[in-house]
Amino acid sequence: MARVVLIGNLAQLTGGVAEFELSATSVKQLFEQLATLHPAIEPHLEQGVAVAIDGQIVQEALFEPIGPRSEVFIMPAIAGGC
Amino acid sequence: MAETNGHANGTNGQHAVGTRNIRPDGVDKVTGRARFGADYNLPGQLVGRVLRSPHPHARIVSIDTTKAEALPGVKAVITRDDFPDQSSEFIPAGEMMMNYKDVVRNVMAREKALYEGHAVAAVAATSVAIARRALKLIAVKYEVLPHVIDVVAAMAPNAPLLHDDLFTAGVEPKPDKPSNVAKRVEIKLGDVDAGFAKADLVVDREFKTAPVHQGYIEPHAALATVSEDGTTECWTTTQGHYIVRAHCARLLGLDIGKVRVTATEIGGGFGGKTVVYLEPLAIALSKKAKRPVKMVMSREEVFKASGPTSGATVRVKLGATKDGKFVAAFAELKYQAGAFQGSPVQPGVMCAYAPYDIENVHVIGYDVVSNRPKVAAYRAPGAPISEYAVESVVDEIAKKLGVDPIQLRMMNAAREGTKAAYGPKFGPIGLEETLNSIKKTEHWNTPLRKWQGRGVASGFWFNIGGETCVSLTVNEDGTVSLMAGTPDIGGLRASLAAVAADELGVPYDKVRPIIGDTGSLGFNFLTGGSRSAFSGSMAIVEAAKLIKADLIARACKLWEAKPEQVEWKDGAVRPLGALAEKVKPMTVVDFAKVAGKTGGPIAGLGRINAQGAGPSFGTHLVDLEVDPETGRVTILRYTVAQDAGKALHPAYVEGQYQGGAVQGIGWALNEEYIYGEDGKLQNAGFLDYRMPVASDVPMIDTVLVEVGNPKHPYGVRGVGETPIVPPLGAIANAMENATGIRFTELPMSPPKVLKALKDKGLNKVS
Repeated sequence: MARVVLIGNLAQLTGGVAEFELSATSVKQLFEQLATLHPAIEPHLEQGVAVAIDGQIVQEALFEPIGPRSEVFIMPAIAGGC
Repeated sequence: MAETNGHANGTNGQHAVGTRNIRPDGVDKVTGRARFGADYNLPGQLVGRVLRSPHPHARIVSIDTTKAEALPGVKAVITRDDFPDQSSEFIPAGEMMMNYKDVVRNVMAREKALYEGHAVAAVAATSVAIARRALKLIAVKYEVLPHVIDVVAAMAPNAPLLHDDLFTAGVEPKPDKPSNVAKRVEIKLGDVDAGFAKADLVVDREFKTAPVHQGYIEPHAALATVSEDGTTECWTTTQGHYIVRAHCARLLGLDIGKVRVTATEIGGGFGGKTVVYLEPLAIALSKKAKRPVKMVMSREEVFKASGPTSGATVRVKLGATKDGKFVAAFAELKYQAGAFQGSPVQPGVMCAYAPYDIENVHVIGYDVVSNRPKVAAYRAPGAPISEYAVESVVDEIAKKLGVDPIQLRMMNAAREGTKAAYGPKFGPIGLEETLNSIKKTEHWNTPLRKWQGRGVASGFWFNIGGETCVSLTVNEDGTVSLMAGTPDIGGLRASLAAVAADELGVPYDKVRPIIGDTGSLGFNFLTGGSRSAFSGSMAIVEAAKLIKADLIARACKLWEAKPEQVEWKDGAVRPLGALAEKVKPMTVVDFAKVAGKTGGPIAGLGRINAQGAGPSFGTHLVDLEVDPETGRVTILRYTVAQDAGKALHPAYVEGQYQGGAVQGIGWALNEEYIYGEDGKLQNAGFLDYRMPVASDVPMIDTVLVEVGNPKHPYGVRGVGETPIVPPLGAIANAMENATGIRFTELPMSPPKVLKALKDKGLNKVS
């Protein structure tokens, strides 16, 4: 099971729950499982968030693999200026 | 089939990557041949001009354009009625979140003008003089409203309200009244209260920064032409022409497939050219006038109507043990968003303490609207502000503990495996290396004189990847055409050409890189987020792989060999074993000569959504001298050390380091938007908005640290943004060392410095 942590305000959409144990093997599965558990978070996941899988940040990458012992952080998308 | 690592393996044994080759676009740029935004013209084009609000906050009661439309030579007039309203929903636009309800109102004011300079109408006419006269004939009836400029004043319960429908997001329960606070964000790590209880020393300070503009030399410019069948072409100075296409199509209800946008050469952007201002207006005017329309902003318009970055009020509280370990950190960030929500407070929150390994962190941020132009991205958006405050406090702790400031940073530095303040653990990173590099410089070890001070600060930026498409085409003579879809701002062509040369084993000067328009390649995200060289080089590796596989297959057919009898090595397909006795290796040039006979054109398309951007850390060291009679600060010496991962083209990486440092010097010492009581900008020009010029800065020394990014085939990290993060803190720390005064407000301009010196009795001139 991967350990999933919501960063910032996202936990307001899950009744204050910021940590999950999920069996997702990809970002796509992770989003689907979170949306099933907490439908209010679904539009925010669709709008675009960054996902850090074992320290590596990915964005807009539904098929990025998640290992069974991965530590996953979901955080606001990151833009840039230069 | 075997393929050795093809990186940096030219046939001539020379490596282009990591060398300082001449940039392919250099000659045209220094001779004036290169075409920037305002250099494009079309037959029969009209002049477009914008009518802008004279009020910082006013309801638009009516707009009467009939007199302007009747003026001979006026071919079109547009107002809010020419732009369909957009629903309020946040939509991903690359990595940015856009709310088109706000975008359409920023492009052309709708119910209200929300800042001085807000576009209210635009005309297209046959001459500049006629366009100006037409603007004067447009009758706009305003109901002037009270305005608010300062971020703290805008947060007050009784502040003039910009948007009746803006309810603070991120607080529970949802507020029942609208306010100017668009969003509250926060990050938490550990237990901050318990952490502060362990601290032997706590420093708690408030800082203020002023809004600053990116200050690109080239103003916004766009040329558009719309044919009768809706086919639309636009030439514009932008950091992302695919983004321009997407925004214009959405705002004007156009079919994306019918819109073709070409990015001109760009005279600076720094984040400020990632949004649209003129392009939708030029297209709408051209559609109405049925002729091409060209629009160029004046410098005053650039200042008043394009995005600066936030000014802010920041509180930082940092606790340390007596042996120098940071044990708890808190910060509260209030960032100006301008007239519409969307300040960079979120990255400001995430970056504030990123350079340090701290167990307990709590950072809160507020995104606040006020009657200023909507902010746009500016190099590492949000990070310089919060890290200025944090680095100032870190320095104060070093002083109070009597610890060398580099040593204190080293003791607390984030390393591989450190849990970042915003959550995940870092992979390989180079902060320690930058600190070590600075400490070893002759600069660090040179003594100073009275009224001189030395400061050090570190900084961080995430960096991003994103959607990227490039093509490589081998020409008949073996030269290579390289097409990228991200505008070249800081040496992109040179960097990508080096990678293509090494991947295909051709000399650097045989690669011809060009920037394609939106019809030439698949979608490309913009040049921003320190991503273009990072992602572009990854895509080139993919494109080159396809070409090499193709050439290997052709060689097998020519030599009647099996795949395992050949390999790609040192820029050629080489026969292995007994086959090597019979045939000679074939280079790209050799294959180019027989391309038609062996299968046709040789080309590869690299198309990726690049992931694996490596974060970049930097440490800056600055010496300055304060003139106690005038308050003028002179930068004497400056050194930047930053982790590039791998410098594809060292000169252009150094250029990014130097450019960021110089912009940071301006931000720290002189630049600011100055408003009068009337809410109007008083310094909308380079005479009064004081940016550094060459004579204001010394040569910026650079140290290239290269801790490879394991997720990139060459080890590249983004480099463009981090260099503007540390200067504000480094210069404030140097000022403290020069004067004994902790400056907590930027800019540290001569009047403020002089006042501070007088208040301390340090200025002897009455």
